[in-house]
Parts: sequence; C-alpha cells; structure tokens
Amino acid sequence: MVELTERPFPPGRYPLVVVGSGPGALQLTYSLRRLGIEHAVLSRDDEPGGMFRRWPIFQRMLSWTKPYAEHEHGTSAYERYDWNSLLGDDASHRAIMPEVMDGTSYFPSRPEMAQGLRTFAERTGLEIRYGCTWESTRREGGDQFVLTTSDGAYRTGIVVFAVGIAEPWKPQVLDVEGVQQYGELHPAESYAGRRIFIVGKQNSGFEIATGLLPWARQIVLASPSRTKLSVDTRTLVGVRARYVQPYEDWALAGGVVILDASIEHVERTQRGYVVSTQSVEGRSMKFEVDDVIAATGFVSPLQDLPELGVATFGQSRIPTQTPFWESATVPGVYFAGTIMQGAQGLRKFGIPSNSGAVQGYRYNARVLARHIAATHFGVTPARPRIGPDEVVPFLLAEASLGPELWHQRSYLCRVIAFDPDAGISDEGIQPLAHFVDGGGGDAAAVTLEANGKDNPYPVVYVRSGGAVRENTLTPPHPMLDYRGAEYEAQVAAALNPVLGRAPTRSAQ
Amino acid sequence: MDVRDDVVDILAGFSLFADLTTPELESLVEAFGEETFPNGDRVLRQGLTGSNFYVILDGSATLRVDGVDRATLRAGDYFGEISCLLGVPPTADIVAHEQLRCLMLPGAELERFLVSHPRVMYRLLQGEARKLRTTTRWLS
Repeated sequence: MVELTERPFPPGRYPLVVVGSGPGALQLTYSLRRLGIEHAVLSRDDEPGGMFRRWPIFQRMLSWTKPYAEHEHGTSAYERYDWNSLLGDDASHRAIMPEVMDGTSYFPSRPEMAQGLRTFAERTGLEIRYGCTWESTRREGGDQFVLTTSDGAYRTGIVVFAVGIAEPWKPQVLDVEGVQQYGELHPAESYAGRRIFIVGKQNSGFEIATGLLPWARQIVLASPSRTKLSVDTRTLVGVRARYVQPYEDWALAGGVVILDASIEHVERTQRGYVVSTQSVEGRSMKFEVDDVIAATGFVSPLQDLPELGVATFGQSRIPTQTPFWESATVPGVYFAGTIMQGAQGLRKFGIPSNSGAVQGYRYNARVLARHIAATHFGVTPARPRIGPDEVVPFLLAEASLGPELWHQRSYLCRVIAFDPDAGISDEGIQPLAHFVDGGGGDAAAVTLEANGKDNPYPVVYVRSGGAVRENTLTPPHPMLDYRGAEYEAQVAAALNPVLGRAPTRSAQ
Repeated sequence: MDVRDDVVDILAGFSLFADLTTPELESLVEAFGEETFPNGDRVLRQGLTGSNFYVILDGSATLRVDGVDRATLRAGDYFGEISCLLGVPPTADIVAHEQLRCLMLPGAELERFLVSHPRVMYRLLQGEARKLRTTTRWLS
C-alpha cells in the first residue's frame, strides 16, 4: 500500500491525461506544468527515455549536439546546434545534453541520450506514473474517454498519446521464420563471415549495414526505388551521412551490393535463405544468404484507437491530425512526440517537417501545451506588445536566430498580430498551416523555408483583409544571417498592407 | 516512403499508370509518399510556391479558383502538374472533400520521373490534352 500511495496519479478522473514517457511526453508535461495545467502522466516503462532506453541498436544517435557553437549554451539560439536537449524555461533545465556527453563525438551515444532525458526529468521534477500500461480506450457520456490501464481506469475529456512509432513492421513476403527485424538483431560479432540480405534502404537499413560492415562477408541492401542521401536532398529525407559508408563501399565496388529491386520471394533453406528479386528492368536474381533482415519500417502502437474512430494513414498507421496535432476524426485526442509528423503542414517542395525527430517535436510540444491551455483550460498565454518600429527587426531576428524556425521549416512560424484597437502583439510560435489556412485578423508570420537546393531563406506571410500573401526574402544569405538592410527593406515593403506607411526605425 | 501495401493494387487500376509493370509500380510507390487530408484541408494553395504532384488514391477534392468551386477530382485523377512543370504557384486551391488520400511526388522530382517513365508522360499528356479541350469548350 505504501508503494501505491507513493506513485503519482492513481486511477481516477483527470482534466487531461498524457500517455508516454519518451522525449515527446517529457517535453509536453514540462510545458503543461509551466502553464499550470493539471494533468496525469502514465507510462508502461519504468523510467523516462522511451525508445532511447534501447535504441538506436548500434548505440549512437544520428542527430548532433555541438559542444562548441556560435551561441552560448542555454540561449535559445544555441538550440539550433543542439538537436537533442529538451527545452526548459530555467537555465538549469536547458542544454543538458552537452553536459552529459563525454566529448568524443558530437553525436551522443545512446546511453548519453538516455542520461540526458533522465537528467531533464529529475531536474524539472516531472511526475510520471511508471509501470502503468495503457490497455484499451472507450468513450463515456459523449465527450469523455476512459483509459483502461494495468492499474485501473482513468477518465478524462482530453488525452494526449505520445507512444512513439517504434514497433518494427515487415511486409508479408518477409513473414518467414528467422527473418530478423530492427531490435531483434544478435550481437554484431555473431554475423562474422556471414552473407546478409537487408530489405530496406532507408536509415534503419543503412544503420544496420554500417554496424555489420566490419563483420559481414557480404551485405546486400535492396528495395524497389533508388537510395536518396540527405546530403543531396538537403533535408532529413534520405540516408544520413553517418550511415553512408555502405553506400561508398558499393560505389567503389568494395563488396556491398545496393540493389533497386522488389523482393519477390524468400525461402528458408537448410543453409540459410534464398531471396528472389526482380528489378524494374525485369531482371530476376536469386541470392543465397545466411541472414535476412527486415528494415522495412515501424508502426505506432495505437492499440484500439482506430476502432474509436481515429483515422490513420501510411504503412506506419500515423493518425491524421489537425495543424494542432489533434485527431482529425476524434476531437479531444491529441498526439505528441514523433507521432506529430501526422500533422504534415504545407510540405512545400515536398519537404516534410522534422516532427519525427526530437529537434522538431520538442517545439511542437510547447505549441501544443499553449494550444491546449488556451482552448480547453482558458489559460491565455502572454502576448507581449511590440512597437511599430520594432516589428521589422523582430521578424528578422526570429528568422536569423529563432530555433523553432530553423528546425521546423515551412512548419512553425512566429506570428505578430496587428489589431486596430489592441495594437501590435507577439502571438508566439504557431503552426504555419494554421496561420495560412485558419483565417483571422491582420497579422504577419515569419518562417524559414527550404527548397532542397538553396540555403534556407525567410518567408514573411502577411494576412490582410482575410487574404494571405507570401513574400520570399531574397537572396538566401551565405552566412544565414538575415538582419541586414537588404532584408529589412523587403520586410518593410511586405508589411505595408498591415503597418500602413508608418516608417520603421530600422528601415530608415 | 511511408506507403501502405494496398497502393500498388490501387495504382494498377489507374489509366495514368496502366503501362507499368508490378516492379515499376512498386518502385514508383516507394518513391512517392502517401498523404491524407481531412475534409476541408487545402492540399494546393492558390498563389503559394512549392507545390507538388498528387495522385488521388481515395476520396475526392474540389478545385477552387478565387473561392469559386470549379470541378471535382476523384480517385485516379491527379493535380499539381501544371504548377510543377512550369515552376509557378498553383492558380487554384485543391481542397479535400471528405477524407482525401493521395500519393505525392515533390515538384522538383516530377521531371526526372516523367522522363524515366515515358509511357506515364504520354498518358499525362493525353490528360492535359483533355483538360485543354474542356477549357476550350468553356471559352467558346
């Protein structure tokens, strides 16, 4: 009984329930607490960290934290260089990752990442009910949800699921005894001298190939379409540079085989497997190998949410969401963490948001906390006033230094409202899709955008009389600093419809 | 890309891809991404840069010009090609009507895709010819 009373959030009724204890849930509960929003947090795990308690399987992150950068640790501008720390309001809550890294790599090890998340949870005093497994969900009385858990029932009107997308998935053709999946691999040395066939040519496939390069006799990587590299796409789409070594091995004919082909059949034999493939040119091939590894994607453990009416899309079964990460089909159900990539934003030039990664969804979580606080709890965030002369430099400083804009291009924006009665105010960070499509009074939003070939460039969206006009600032700056007179004049011109002809100090 | 395994079968029934083999369809599906839009969401936005090429898998969409509904698009239809081919912002909104499920190819990749799949390019050209004929009838 003593143990039960010491655990927070016993079963019962709560205004809001968060499920999960990975970085997405940690960031959200932190942000909600700072806004004074009462809520319960439940997790089936026994400590914070989510997937980073185990993965990446080769024990090093592919997102960096630079110990030395142009800006001091703890400043918001430094966050652009630190992709792994969660966000804090107090100095001791910020930039925790560089503190816990040993300095041998600017990619944290998996244990360092887990330590960083534990440290954040401890320092910020987050309360989470660990060892409490969410089992099922049902509606009660129209607008209430009942979450059945291993500890009992939780009743709430608002629930946020931050349960990740980390359950390996494989297609039926790979449903053959002994085919391994991400997370099921044996120790790397056990692959010594073996021929390995990896299905899937995205980061997880290349991570496995990179880890097994020193051990395998032969590695074949296969999937139907050609490999994309992040250094070519200039986005997180494609294989990251950390895992490109097998690609170079193939390019230099070192022994790795990279094949653009469909997997037709996999047969288990006494000695291993025979994998039959067919290329788009119609060429059939058979590979005799010792191991077949499926690196074919992950799904989200949504349990019975689809039966509740939560619509999903794609092989990962990601929920379809509004710009504020609410289920598009079941109001009151929100998502945090990597599942937030289901709110796709504008996807300009086909480039997705970074909501699938910590450096993206940590900002989403802060925006979501403000949104939930305002719409469900009547807690309106502060909207600082801005003088007319301050608007242009404010927007350009955001474009040059604002970490939300740098990590969530064409996705999050900084909004300034121009109200004829209340004056000019900083409305904070918002989803760009909401600004562009959501309507409202006269306002301006600045974001950074990328087109896959040039340096990122700022875009100022101006809403005047209900119509939104896009203003791209040119040219992209080689040092990525947009605070010069060249850009000030462009922003001042763009703001004319909402600022009138009032001269701005910086534009003079 | 994150695409469900039923997509190859759906695409095989579309005239745009009628000449492709199953491995070609599988390659295409992996190159495109799947997107779903709730009812009322804008997929293309009139006047905004950076649009993409979409093929409707499921559901329907409204083509809206200056706030006026002009046409309805359904499974097998595609949109965004004019904006991608000319490198200009779309001249219409495309708005999801009910839940809309699409395949999406980034605009910058459309040229390479069409050049490497000439039969798809020919069928797309036929589609453009039909649109031009319809427009000519409107104008005459």
